[in-house]
Amino acid sequence: MKSILKYFSGLFRGIKSLLIGMSVTWKELWTKKVTQQYPENRATLVISDRFRCELTMPHDDNNEHACTACGICEMNCPNGTIQVISEMIETEDGKKKKILGKYVWDLGMCTFCNLCVITCPSDAIKFNNQFENAVFTRSKLVQQLNHEGSKLRDKKKEPKPEAVIEVKESSSVEPKTEPVIEVKVSKPAEIEIEPIIEVKTSTSVKETTTDTKAKTTEK
Amino acid sequence: MLQPLEFTNLLGWLDTTLRDNMPIFWVLLIEFVLVAVALLAAYAFLAIILIYVERKITAFFQARFGPNRVGKYGILQSFADVIKILLKEIIRINNVDKFLFFAAPFFMIVASMLTFGAIPFGKALHAVDFNIGVLYVTAVSSLGIIGVLLAGWSSNNKYSMIGAMRSGAQFVSYELSAGFALMTIVVLSGTMQFSEIIAKQEFCWNIFNGHISSLIAFFIYLISGHAETNRGPFDLPEAESELTAGYHTEYSGLQFGFFYLAEYLNMFIIAAIATTVFLGGWMPIQIHGLDGFNQIMYYIPSYVWFFGKTGVLIFLSLWVRWSFPRLRIDQLLNLEWKYLLPINLVNIVVMVILVLTGLTLTDMFPFFFGVK
Repeated sequence: MKSILKYFSGLFRGIKSLLIGMSVTWKELWTKKVTQQYPENRATLVISDRFRCELTMPHDDNNEHACTACGICEMNCPNGTIQVISEMIETEDGKKKKILGKYVWDLGMCTFCNLCVITCPSDAIKFNNQFENAVFTRSKLVQQLNHEGSKLRDKKKEPKPEAVIEVKESSSVEPKTEPVIEVKVSKPAEIEIEPIIEVKTSTSVKETTTDTKAKTTEK
Repeated sequence: MLQPLEFTNLLGWLDTTLRDNMPIFWVLLIEFVLVAVALLAAYAFLAIILIYVERKITAFFQARFGPNRVGKYGILQSFADVIKILLKEIIRINNVDKFLFFAAPFFMIVASMLTFGAIPFGKALHAVDFNIGVLYVTAVSSLGIIGVLLAGWSSNNKYSMIGAMRSGAQFVSYELSAGFALMTIVVLSGTMQFSEIIAKQEFCWNIFNGHISSLIAFFIYLISGHAETNRGPFDLPEAESELTAGYHTEYSGLQFGFFYLAEYLNMFIIAAIATTVFLGGWMPIQIHGLDGFNQIMYYIPSYVWFFGKTGVLIFLSLWVRWSFPRLRIDQLLNLEWKYLLPINLVNIVVMVILVLTGLTLTDMFPFFFGVK
């Protein structure tokens, strides 16, 4: 008797589960599809700012860039995509200075890992979101990022801002259970170290090269 | 009642003009050739439409658009596929049984075509109208399995062999259930001839007529039909992830095209037979006493009714295919021998009781539902 009961209850349970499955697909049939039709929607495409498409060296109106040819990006690149070809020149003071000759980046080899951008101490290179980079010959994939006749932008000496470090009173007493929000307007001496650390921990903020570095970070 | 868009007048006129002007031998010859050409053309054309419809609706179920680049909304995609398959190279394989390998697709196509001829598409569009229509259809559709077994055996390939064996077991098992479901309707209608079955459904479709029993028979027939044609959740014999295309692995080009075509048309044939026998075939919805309504329904041509109803069943078939996971071979056979067959047997007995005691809808309410 029990097996007969099990037979029928199993049958009806099975049918019920099948109907639930069919209702799921029915709903799916009528949902609006999210596929975008690519070449027709180019006018209204929205590419996120942080999407890494093509490495560029931003030049301003005076055809100046910020690359000091230090070679840190080349050292950090995991597969040797970047080649920084530098030259030694003599400045007016008679000192020997290294400047950038050619900055070569290979679109075909790049893994778009962003290490070069993160580690650049002068924020000279950035990824933009121009994704239509297909070319017909392989040789066109190797690009030179610095324009003809461009030179390094001079770093202006900035006036020292007020060095005010605010630390919450309670943070020294209690153990740090809540996130400590520190607003720092830091002294120039700390500028070199902090950008690297803070950019590593912040995931989505892209700093632009501005003069003062007043940051709000949440750790 | 006016039926302006039917083919009865046109075909009748054609027949009479031919008979008046030529000896009977030529009349028959010309008519046969015309019918054959029409059936072949309908076969191919239906396959093309079905492939397009399947791809689009499958895509909508799967949260994507289907083909929409070749022609507006992708309607020329099927034609492109047909041309591609015609141009593909037929790869010659050395160690196969040459004659059987070559003959296997033909069995499937021929079985499919024979069944196709017996389907009533519309009022004057019924090519082969045997008085044992249901039995003929069941018998002839069974020939398809020979093609599958031959393909698997002659391919000299263990995957094909396993696929063919599984398909053979599946087909033979579900053939039983499908046959019994159709027998239920024969008991209800009292005749095996398709045109008679349709004529009796003028005011009440068979699925409502034998309420409990024919509803169960309907679902059993649909399930068995899908299993017979390796369709939907029963497509283990040609599951790509398990058997690298099963019995038609070694076929390429047009030979594969035959298998593909036969599979689509088999799905259509199952839907068409189910429509004919359960849902009233090409009969429009008629309600006693509502003459205006009946007139409107009659204006819609019979073939539109037929293809509409079949279309709904094909949609159901696609819906089921993309909702359920594939059944393993032992689950398949389990389903048939332990569930469908006992239910079927009981169902037939119930139907016999219903008919004999006069509990069908036409018997209970002859004014509303009976044919005058």
